[in-house]
Amino acid sequence: MMTASLRNSAVVLGVGESDIGQVPGMTGLGLNAQAARRAIEDAGLRPDDIDGLLTAYSFTEPYFMLGSVLAEYLGLRPSLCAAMIAGGASPGVMIGHAAAAIAMGRARAILICCGENRATGMGRDDAVAALTAVGHPWYEAPYGAFIPALYALIAKRHMNDYGTTREHMAAVAVQSRANAALHPRAHKKAPITIADVLGAKPVSDPLGLLDCCLISDAAGAIVVTSAEFARQARQKPVWLHGLGEHHTHEHLVAAPSLTQFGALESGRRAYEMAGVGPKDIDIAQLYDCFSIVPIIEAEELGFSAMGQAGPEFAAGEFGLKGRLPVNTHGGMMSHAHAGAAGGLFGVIESVRQLRGECDARQVADAAIALVHNEGGILSSHCTMIFGREPR
Amino acid sequence: MTNLTPLREPEADGRPFWAAAAEGRLVLQQCQACGKTRFPPRHQCPHCWSPDAEWKQASGKGEIESVTIVRRAPTAAFRDLVPYAIVAVTLAEGVRMITNLVGEGALNAQIGDKVNVCFEQRPNGALPQFQLVEPK
Repeated sequence: MMTASLRNSAVVLGVGESDIGQVPGMTGLGLNAQAARRAIEDAGLRPDDIDGLLTAYSFTEPYFMLGSVLAEYLGLRPSLCAAMIAGGASPGVMIGHAAAAIAMGRARAILICCGENRATGMGRDDAVAALTAVGHPWYEAPYGAFIPALYALIAKRHMNDYGTTREHMAAVAVQSRANAALHPRAHKKAPITIADVLGAKPVSDPLGLLDCCLISDAAGAIVVTSAEFARQARQKPVWLHGLGEHHTHEHLVAAPSLTQFGALESGRRAYEMAGVGPKDIDIAQLYDCFSIVPIIEAEELGFSAMGQAGPEFAAGEFGLKGRLPVNTHGGMMSHAHAGAAGGLFGVIESVRQLRGECDARQVADAAIALVHNEGGILSSHCTMIFGREPR
Repeated sequence: MTNLTPLREPEADGRPFWAAAAEGRLVLQQCQACGKTRFPPRHQCPHCWSPDAEWKQASGKGEIESVTIVRRAPTAAFRDLVPYAIVAVTLAEGVRMITNLVGEGALNAQIGDKVNVCFEQRPNGALPQFQLVEPK
């Protein structure tokens, strides 16, 4: 029988991340394997327990069929396996398909694993050049429109229409860095100030270097299982309450708007499935490839009125001590960004927060977490809501 | 900005667009079923899915929807060109182009400024770009 909702259909039982930052001695697949091993250990499982594997993509390694490649590398022979590509939204999209597969009984324990060695595996110039690959090959790329420029167009329009300022965006970066300083594995921990962000090397106006996410070597992994399977494990499960996707375009040239994106609809679907609203959320991990993005997401997901998220970030409302802590691990601007892994780290952090394992950065009594993944140029959206108890 | 990099070989959907550009003309597909103009070029209309379309001469006029000045080049080909302007232009026909703003005042352009199409010659064709109607 079809179930209309994924609420309580699956749990996250284990989470793990690879070594993060500059990890020159390891391949991308090696980082995935390390993260997978740590996630399985965290779940209290053994590799034999895994019967499904989902992964995303890699810019650094010359493989086709990355799902099968990773299964081969890990020595797994899963009954469900694929590589799914929705850019930065890939982790959320994979979690949705994994939960549905588990609800249908197609698998009991699915490993979701992604990331790459983008810092040392391709070099900084090649990594930046790869960012042109997301632009339309005929109608964006020839103009030198790489990813930062496309997000800069969005930032500029948000500033124009809603009064968002560079200082507001800088506050997002500063807050992320402060949170990352409390995370044992974060890539960048040295404190930064608003002045540092405003004075950083310009990339594409209004975005400077510190308005942009990192380029890291990193992989993340989670184990998604049925609630029944989790009952026999020693680890405490975290429950999927709701998940919603929305996809409006891939290339900015064809986006319906430069100011309205799919987070509004993916969020609406996730809230409806979970039976909660923005005011019920205790922590939020918002996709932050550029400093403007959490501002847009906070507004579309209902945490701020339109045009208010910037001033509210600047006022500390989304800091660890604020009304809604955001990107408690430091996000992609300070914790790590490596291909599809960036959004998965938001899930991993949420699980740790809901279990109460986060020491100095622990948000007291966090019971419900929202994670938003976004891919392309605010093109593909997936909003997830997790809780420490079933609801 | 002058860029001598050859253009990517046109794909089948956009061949008339590039052929016209090489002659200094901007053309856009208009759906013969629902009348909507579409861009980028496609085999069928994204609004009504009709495959019947006509290539029409475009006005070449538009308005800046957003603008950024690139100061860090994405690839070696753009290294000598920074700083350069990328604009989102809303054409009179209702579609958006992501393109370069070139010529006088390009680095000081504002959202809402009016622009006109122009063409940058490349070794194997021409690239439609835009310039300000009234440079400040």
